[in-house]
Amino acid sequence: MTTTEVKSRGTVTIDVETCKGCELCIPACPPRVLTMTTDVNGLGYHYPQLHPGCTGCAACLFVCPDFCFEVFRFDQPIVTQVEATS
Amino acid sequence: MTEVLASERSNDSTIVTPKRGLMEGSEAIALASIAAGCRFFAGYPMTPFTEVLEHFARYLPEVGGTCINAESELEAVGMAWGALATGERAATGSTGQGLSLMQESFSEATLAELPLVIFNMARGQQDYFQSTRGGGHGDYRHIVLAPVDITEAVELTQLAFHLADKWRNPVLVYGDYLTAHTRESVTIDRLDFGEVPEKDWALDGSLTGTSRSRLISPLGFEKHGRPNPGIERHLRRIADKLRDIEREEVRVETGDVDDAETVVVAFGSPAKFVRYVVRQLRAEGEKIGFVRPISLWPFPYDAVGAAAQGARTVAVFELCAGQMIDDVRLGVMRDAPVVGIGGISTDGSGFGVGPLLDAEIIRERILAVHRGGADAELPPLPDNERAL
Amino acid sequence: MTTPLGPTLGPVLDTTVAPTQGARKVGDLKPDLLLTQEHHMCPGCGEPLVLRSFLESLSELGIAQRSIAVVGIGCYTSFSMTMDVDLIQALHGRAPSVATGAKRMRPDSIVFTLQGDGDMVNEGLQEVLHTAARGESVTCILLNNGVFGETGGHMTATTVLGQRTKNSLDGRDAEYHGYPILIGDLIARLEGAEYVARGSVHNAGAVARTKRMIKRAFEIQRDGGGFTFVEVLTMCPTGWFLPTGDGPDYMHETLGEVHVMGELKENGRIRTTEELHEENVRRQQEIEARLAAGGLDEHE
Repeated sequence: MTTTEVKSRGTVTIDVETCKGCELCIPACPPRVLTMTTDVNGLGYHYPQLHPGCTGCAACLFVCPDFCFEVFRFDQPIVTQVEATS
Repeated sequence: MTEVLASERSNDSTIVTPKRGLMEGSEAIALASIAAGCRFFAGYPMTPFTEVLEHFARYLPEVGGTCINAESELEAVGMAWGALATGERAATGSTGQGLSLMQESFSEATLAELPLVIFNMARGQQDYFQSTRGGGHGDYRHIVLAPVDITEAVELTQLAFHLADKWRNPVLVYGDYLTAHTRESVTIDRLDFGEVPEKDWALDGSLTGTSRSRLISPLGFEKHGRPNPGIERHLRRIADKLRDIEREEVRVETGDVDDAETVVVAFGSPAKFVRYVVRQLRAEGEKIGFVRPISLWPFPYDAVGAAAQGARTVAVFELCAGQMIDDVRLGVMRDAPVVGIGGISTDGSGFGVGPLLDAEIIRERILAVHRGGADAELPPLPDNERAL
Repeated sequence: MTTPLGPTLGPVLDTTVAPTQGARKVGDLKPDLLLTQEHHMCPGCGEPLVLRSFLESLSELGIAQRSIAVVGIGCYTSFSMTMDVDLIQALHGRAPSVATGAKRMRPDSIVFTLQGDGDMVNEGLQEVLHTAARGESVTCILLNNGVFGETGGHMTATTVLGQRTKNSLDGRDAEYHGYPILIGDLIARLEGAEYVARGSVHNAGAVARTKRMIKRAFEIQRDGGGFTFVEVLTMCPTGWFLPTGDGPDYMHETLGEVHVMGELKENGRIRTTEELHEENVRRQQEIEARLAAGGLDEHE
């Protein structure tokens, strides 16, 4: 089992109840650290969740039609050890 | 030519030097509008209205206003809509055909409660239905004022702007070829009809970003966070307002109706002829009276009904196939028979004055029903070929 | 799953609370001039992205407190209620004339229209052309998705050949339906039009470029310039019979090939389509590089 160091230079908050499950944020994220949940929100939509590796580029915010994201950049990157399972 | 001196563009402190001059009605209407504080006009040329646009184009810039030759009638009323939204007094106009194009906006402007003033220099009196029933969709009504001559047009034009602001409802001034193109000696002086409510609904961008921004909408929309009436309540409120206007803004002139056996009803320029003839006949001992609606909407049903009491015949003289006669019948109900003694009469161009507008011919027709009753045979309508 | 960062995605992070220290916010949830995030647009609709762009632009330029919006009739009409902007609702197609009247009476204000392609290019084609020709100092913003969205997705004057809509189910056919109108290109050729641009919201970089175009248009109006026009291609997956995720690519590859993105006219010069294409390729590469490097400055 190998572990990788993943640096998160930023993070987001996601207002999941406003999300309409359009999934435009998923491919928009350059490091591809957004995935859709299997849960649903109050409207019945799946919504995005964040994994380590966010760069704080705000691409998700740019493409979200429902104003779900707030984007932050850390002063110092946060390092996460991620285990590979493949 | 007259000169108009005015202060800086503002709604309520315009000073117009009282000016007396010989001028055509189109010019008098434009100057009267400016005296009333109108600072925006948009229109599209169409006979016999075109000169109104010309005079606005000449005079408005002199008082810091704007006159735009719109690319069509649709845009003319749209531009006036935008000007009105900022709280300025604004107007548009045309003849009936051009007003036909504007009907969607007329209807919606009523729902948006914009104080639009509209000038119809009509081709005859065939636009009565368009003006009073509304050629557009929905339950709307405009106040409609019909001047008998240019002197009255100067007064009613200013009254139109006042009533439009008083009620936040469009007002239409119904003129015609004679109104627009006859020259009379008139005095343009600013008339004071009293206070109008403050235009706190008007917008200029200054409340953007304050959470108190304003919205002007025909649909009864309101900004998020404020109580939203919804379309039904909005339409009902407008309908209630129109009922209030109906009660309060009737205007009519009557003459010699108390003991009249025959009552003649006419509006606008032709009413001047009818009034003249009726007075002439009265002086000869004939018991004839007249009713001249000045407000076509709200129509003076009560005055017409009262005049019909004890009358043998009610005759309606209008230059069209018969439109106002419907309202006269509603006013008279079954108290007396109602008969049309007017008709379609126009010149070769279709814009102007036909041979029926002749005191002698009108006298003949009134006397025919005065002597023979509602079933009397009327002389044939004169053709404009005969007039040539 | 495999990602560019390594063989596996790390654990799901908490995204319910903002970081309290050691971080700065670089993207607001919603623009200041928007009263609520909620709206009635379909999932995957591109129109709210334009809403964010112009509302943020007004605030950033410091012109909000003299801005008047004139909104046409379409899906976007409901934004009238959620924009904290002094606003006149116009009839279908009529916004440019209403904007003209308002701007002439309040020349110090910033007046802009918000219209869809059905509203502007079908019903109101005459209005926008004449307003541009007269050089009225207003900004017209077009939300172009090639359909009448609000009535269910019917063909408009901007629908491209081959595009399937409710009344061109086999695709728009030149012989039967005629050709689309490239409204941005048409307006660019009018002398009164000072700045004409066409944006798109098919990806983050395009959104950023679009915002810059809108900002430029407002700047020109603020500085007393002539007519400014920003057309923006927006996704309508509902009107296009597509899943939301397919919207951006479909738009870029069909509408975007005909209504080409870029600054069509500025500083008195009209760009050729070839120039626009070259610029688009170059800018997209630049933007992708910057995104990968971790920051897309909005002032792109």
